[in-house]
Amino acid sequence: MPCTGKVDVIHIMRSFEKGADGVAVIGCLEGECHFNAGNLMARRRVEQAQKILDTVGVGGERAQMYNLSSSEGPRFAQYATEMTEKIKELGPNPIRDAKSKAA
Amino acid sequence: MTTKTPSKLEKILRDGHLAVTSECGPPRGSNIDHIVKKGELIKDHVDAINITDNQTSMTRLCSLAACIRLKLMGLEPVLQMVTRDRNRIALQSDILGAASFDINNILCLSGDHQSFGDCPQGQNVHDIDSIQLIQAVRHMRDEGKFLGGDELEGKPEMFVGAAANPFADPFEIRVPRLAKKIAAGVEFIQTQCIYNLDKFEEWMKGVRERGLHEKCYILAGLTPMKSVGMAKYMQKRVPGMDVPAEVIKRLQGVEKGKQAQEGIKMCIESIQRLKECEGVAGFHVMAIEWEEKVPEIVEAAGLYPRPNSN
Amino acid sequence: MIVADKKPIEEIIETLKDHKNILVLGCNECVTVCEAGGKKEVGVLASALRMHASKEGKEVKIDELTLERQCDREYLDEIRDSIDQYDAVVSLACGVGVQFTAEQYHDKPIYPGVNTTFLGATEERGVWTERCQACGQCILATTGSICPVARCAKRLFNGPCGGSTTGKCEINAEVDCAWQLIVDRLKALERLDDYEKLCPLKDWSTDRAGGPRKVVREDVKQ
Repeated sequence: MPCTGKVDVIHIMRSFEKGADGVAVIGCLEGECHFNAGNLMARRRVEQAQKILDTVGVGGERAQMYNLSSSEGPRFAQYATEMTEKIKELGPNPIRDAKSKAA
Repeated sequence: MTTKTPSKLEKILRDGHLAVTSECGPPRGSNIDHIVKKGELIKDHVDAINITDNQTSMTRLCSLAACIRLKLMGLEPVLQMVTRDRNRIALQSDILGAASFDINNILCLSGDHQSFGDCPQGQNVHDIDSIQLIQAVRHMRDEGKFLGGDELEGKPEMFVGAAANPFADPFEIRVPRLAKKIAAGVEFIQTQCIYNLDKFEEWMKGVRERGLHEKCYILAGLTPMKSVGMAKYMQKRVPGMDVPAEVIKRLQGVEKGKQAQEGIKMCIESIQRLKECEGVAGFHVMAIEWEEKVPEIVEAAGLYPRPNSN
Repeated sequence: MIVADKKPIEEIIETLKDHKNILVLGCNECVTVCEAGGKKEVGVLASALRMHASKEGKEVKIDELTLERQCDREYLDEIRDSIDQYDAVVSLACGVGVQFTAEQYHDKPIYPGVNTTFLGATEERGVWTERCQACGQCILATTGSICPVARCAKRLFNGPCGGSTTGKCEINAEVDCAWQLIVDRLKALERLDDYEKLCPLKDWSTDRAGGPRKVVREDVKQ
């Protein structure tokens, strides 16, 4: 997508509904959004989604926002690793678990 | 000057004396001894005693019952009535109830918001406001009619008062607001307690310019400070209260054990200064939970003995 | 507009716990503007409810629909053919919509999904404040277009009270003193003399106090 500002809460929610274990929203550094404040809006929406995910028992930490500049290859790798580790620790999406148990 | 009611307070004011009133808060329970004791303590040093009406929205024994008790003791009560808790039916009803016990003084108020008290989840009424309540009492007394238009059997003979706060905002309408209350029919005023004497005198200047001091009796409100803590609390936490820095500084300049006495001294000095202020018809000394100091203050201010109003 | 605020999801989950076929019904008017019950909010709530149900191992069907509004029969009629498949509807419309929907669908549970709060305006995105109490007899012409019934905590008609401090109400430093606003406006309109006019007693019989109200327009009735 052209900007993380295009990410809506529902996109994050639907990913988890369909069984994703984690969702990372990666946007430009704060203050450097190409479209002004898209990344700031994205952060707020990620925070909103986190709260709802906590309430329904999926776990808000599974959704995270990261900021970097498009030239920062190594940092991207670092965030990707961080996210992977975090999700491994949290385990699979409890919905997937419950669905397979019910089946 | 002839009086319109049997009120002793009215007589003292119309006879040209400086009046002295004080106030008591009723108990937070049904045990009335507390009011009886306080009444006894101050009865020879004041002309009338206000009983507050669920002040700061803390539920207490009702003002009407406490006023009846004082009246039966031979004292002169002032029934404080807020419009927060009663609609126009109940207000008229309580006025008649008070009048039936020969309670001849009423103070018409809006009342502090219920969020300050012990029932912040309660409704508030505010069917009519304090200025409309003044009109209502005068209507009942002078026309002998209910607000609904029917004739009353037995007019309430009440001397009608209200509060004024020269320290609240916006300052520019505080004199017009007094004019409004006078137009509505108010006969005496008790002001919020005064610490900023300059500001009070500025307000009085505006009052005199419009001749309002001749249309109603203005009693200057005073509360002695007990401590620096109290002064700071009043300055920061009480809406509509003006406590100048010099007041706090003066109390801070005295050791803790002597602050209360300094507060009393300052109160007496204020009375002396305000005696010279044209238009001040008396003093309303509010020493809540410190009523035992009222006699000392009244005597030191040269206001004792009280005139015999009979 | 009628301003509403989202109900906590936990509360809605609790209300719906015994139902298995649910319709989340939004409204395209006021609750959309105040971002509490429009299409977007319907989507997010429905998704949350589905995830919760899945996690609990429950088989629950949750559908989404947003009507133009829920206070007119013609729009509520749009679900007449489909409503039977649901055993409950959670309406994100204001209290009016929830009730009117229930009136059209007498034996279907219709639950509220928002808390209807007041009649108000948008100060800025995300902030709405009260302006009108629908008292039935508008006096704005005499108060410089600022309503003491809705904006004064004590609904004083001859205010301000003695608790007004630097333009704020005694109950909360974030609430404007309505009477300060009225005085400022009368000044701006060069009508400060109006301040001393005594406002007569309010006739509350056209307010809630008089009972549930009704407007009939004979000129428009069919």
